[in-house]
Amino acid sequence: MNMIVIAVVSVTAIGAVCAAMLSVADKLMAVKTDERVARIEDCLPGTNCGACGFPGCSGYAAALVSGNDVKTNLCTPGGASVVKQLSEILGVEAGEATRKIAVVHCKGGCTQLKKMDYNGIQTCMASKQLFGGAGACTFGCLGYGDCQPACPHGAICMENGIAQVIAENCTGCGLCVKACPNQLITIDDVSETAVVLCKNIEKGAVARKKCTNACIGCRKCARECPAGAITIEDNLAKIDYEKCTHCEHCAEICVTHCIQLLAPQARRR
Amino acid sequence: MDVKALIVIMMSAVLVNNYVLSQFLGICPFLGASKELKSSVGMGFAVIFVMLLATTATWPIQTYLLERNGLGYLQTVVFILIIAALVQLVEIVLRKYVPTLYTSLGVYLPLMATNCAILGVTIANIQKEHLYLEAVVNALGAGLGFLLAMVIFSGIREHTENADPPPSFKGIPVTLFSAAILSLAFFGFSGVIENMFGS
Repeated sequence: MNMIVIAVVSVTAIGAVCAAMLSVADKLMAVKTDERVARIEDCLPGTNCGACGFPGCSGYAAALVSGNDVKTNLCTPGGASVVKQLSEILGVEAGEATRKIAVVHCKGGCTQLKKMDYNGIQTCMASKQLFGGAGACTFGCLGYGDCQPACPHGAICMENGIAQVIAENCTGCGLCVKACPNQLITIDDVSETAVVLCKNIEKGAVARKKCTNACIGCRKCARECPAGAITIEDNLAKIDYEKCTHCEHCAEICVTHCIQLLAPQARRR
Repeated sequence: MDVKALIVIMMSAVLVNNYVLSQFLGICPFLGASKELKSSVGMGFAVIFVMLLATTATWPIQTYLLERNGLGYLQTVVFILIIAALVQLVEIVLRKYVPTLYTSLGVYLPLMATNCAILGVTIANIQKEHLYLEAVVNALGAGLGFLLAMVIFSGIREHTENADPPPSFKGIPVTLFSAAILSLAFFGFSGVIENMFGS
């Protein structure tokens, strides 16, 4: 009986000492947390995608209340409703919510032309390591769909061996961007109506032989763009969206159809 | 106390008696946090840190408090209590004074509170009748061994993620297989220390 009492008392005493130590430490070293942080975290989507440029949703919430003039419209997956809620909590004017979606910069005219038969591990990452993939064009979509499982919203499907973004489902979180070994996916503003869907920087004739949809750097778009927004860099058309007036002329005249308009249903939302 | 004895303890804790691969303690963070190199390194350093702290705290308590009063049998309960409280305390201190370290250790620090490798090291130090300095060195070695195992294993896992095993082996089975093979590889270290230092 005595033994039990001693054991119980001593363990209780050690526990009590620990508890006292912890509660004193908690009081002495309490860190002030802004109660707005929790409320902001509640309205954010919580996918921790990092599209805002901060480490996760809690990082963005902390940055917002820090008073460093962080904009409330950085959460692309959340869209306009989140911007409104955040602005209400912080008592600032709501910035314009820009809707962004992922764009796969490849039209996949090269899918038919293979330079070899590839029977290895069926992922983009693995096939890329063997002579830059099975396709003749080493810049284009590899077609094994590494980006598909990376998307938490099911917005990527494979069509004819090319990744396609389903605009209605895409929130612009940017998780697919990291998955593509060819860096084909970018997150673009939907107001940017025309996009260049090619990444091939080879000379026009070489690129054309490999893919019917390659940008051959013919400069037609650069000449005809009324705003002078298109330049040719590395045999590839580049649109300067600061100058672009969204006249959509380039998409009509592109000889290889590699300049395309972003899906209209994406623009509407 | 000579330096050679400390080196022997250290090396044997890192390589021969690696807590993860030879004694099978701390398997759950070993499997859980080894998917990426970055998180495995974070976990490894958190373990080193907590192991050192836990040993420096539990050894005197066992020696001067429990054993003096004939309460040696309360070891497990008291150690768990102290480690859990210690981890909480460290968390509070870090959050206040070193917020960058606090955020980089993140979720791994509270996970430590219930890690069997930590408890295993503190109890092994008592069972092997290490002196205080030896116990601390052993804890450091055990932590370094854990870090080593985590880094090697995260490298292996990045390969198995890309590999194409038969469907029934996908995921955890292939991970366990590679863990077993890695453990076998570490088995090759047994006897090295005895022959190197002749002890």
